[in-house]
Amino acid sequence: MWTIAFKEASSFFSSLAGLIISGVFLLVMGLMLFFFPDTSILSGNYANMDGLFYLAPTIFTFVIPAITMRFFAEELQTGTIELLATKPISDLKIIMGKFLAGLFLIFLCLVPTLVYYYTVYQLGSPVGNLDTGGIMGSYIGLFFLSASFLSIGIFASALTHNQVVAFVIGTFLCFICHWFFLYVSKIPAFVGNVDYILQKFGIDYHYSRMSKGVIDLKDVVFFLSVISIFLSLTHFVLQRRKW
Amino acid sequence: MSVEVNNLTKIYGTQKALDNVSFSVSEGDILGFLGPNGAGKSTTMKILSCFIPQTSGEATIGGKNVKSESLEVRRLVGYLPEHNPLYKDMYIKEYLLYIAKLYGIARPFNRVKDMIELTGLGREQKKLISQISKGYRQRVGLAQAMIHNPEVLIMDEPTSGLDPNQLMEIRNVIREIGKEKIVIFSTHIMQEVEALCNRVIIINKGKIVLDDNTEKLQTVSKGSTTVMVQFVSPGKIDTTRFKHIKGLKDIKHTENNVFEFTSERDSDIREQIFDSCVSAGYKIIRMEHRQFSMEDIFQQLTLKS
Repeated sequence: MWTIAFKEASSFFSSLAGLIISGVFLLVMGLMLFFFPDTSILSGNYANMDGLFYLAPTIFTFVIPAITMRFFAEELQTGTIELLATKPISDLKIIMGKFLAGLFLIFLCLVPTLVYYYTVYQLGSPVGNLDTGGIMGSYIGLFFLSASFLSIGIFASALTHNQVVAFVIGTFLCFICHWFFLYVSKIPAFVGNVDYILQKFGIDYHYSRMSKGVIDLKDVVFFLSVISIFLSLTHFVLQRRKW
Repeated sequence: MSVEVNNLTKIYGTQKALDNVSFSVSEGDILGFLGPNGAGKSTTMKILSCFIPQTSGEATIGGKNVKSESLEVRRLVGYLPEHNPLYKDMYIKEYLLYIAKLYGIARPFNRVKDMIELTGLGREQKKLISQISKGYRQRVGLAQAMIHNPEVLIMDEPTSGLDPNQLMEIRNVIREIGKEKIVIFSTHIMQEVEALCNRVIIINKGKIVLDDNTEKLQTVSKGSTTVMVQFVSPGKIDTTRFKHIKGLKDIKHTENNVFEFTSERDSDIREQIFDSCVSAGYKIIRMEHRQFSMEDIFQQLTLKS
């Protein structure tokens, strides 16, 4: 499992794709948070990082499927899945190996954003006047959100041998899981009766709760369920051996 | 250690790729799988290597079931898939090390070094897989399949795309392994089967049409021996001048100046043909004696239906 995780992570960075994806993510974040006036932290006059955590899900909807699209689609395309599937390693371990590699890559994308924390920390008046607890909660929430998107992306990748199709399906499913239920709950027929319950099915609801700095077991369980559902679906798709 | 296959059937959608196939292979056997395209060779190998499950029937390797004890079976089997898929963005050494670690080999670095030496990859070992030629890639594939010293080596067309020198080397490697292990491979090259295998299975439309030792194959052939004779001047040859030769069954004019003399099995009529030619004044420029040919058998068994 670790062998696969290590191989996936290293092949991600030995190809330019990895650097480009993480580079673009950080560039977009930097532009949005410190340059463009509409979303800039500097013009917001408050020492907080809400901008980052507000934008991250949108950007991750594209970035994470871009990371995961090759995980299985490439193996199916080039036939290397036949090598991997005939080695003494179970399908579950293959999936977990790739999932861990994905977590590591996302971790690498997120670590540089700590620079923003330091910047805002220094800019606060007085210095250090910001809600560290809230930010930590948000980071944990963002981590769970990325892990969920990751499992969705891996599932999409196992569905097809075309990486572009995997990317599009992945992005679409991430969008559905994150925003669909929130938007549906706004339909007038639902407002006032089931809208609250509907919202609870979306990732957005649980992510916003965590962003407040409250780590509720319910939210953690929700994220873990989403992850295990999509990883199990991936397992199911692989086990069918329809290729 | 043995490979047992019982009533194996594989159905893709509505197409029957394998139909009640049974055979067994034991230690020290080199089994050649022959058959036209789409006959079910690859499917059989994919099932044995635990890549795809069979629809019905059973296959065991070393007593372990390929379906229910798949992980144990995979440890025993080295598999080289058709088209030899590889991670092209990896270095040869990096790739072999990765495979070695997947098998959980104790000292992977040493083993990778040994395999590079065994397959003659020494000069190329620092290159990316995408940079090396097809023959070298084939060696990488072979190294990958043998890295854990498997009891059973399954190879789907291992010699395709190799030049004659590489062909010889790979065949030697296979022969060496076949002495104590089980080797199962498929090929389109008949000479390869004659040169390497002590077992042959010919499969056609998902069914085994021949399963025997190569030595016994002669009985399947028409039960006759063929002598091919090429003359200088075809026009003047009068086939009746050979009528008196004992054991001669038939004379066929195959090409411009080539005649095929078919005789009863185990009778050598070359000397008599020569004498007859001398007395008739025909000039022979080539004479070839063929006991039987795999091509004949192959065509006979796979073309009739």
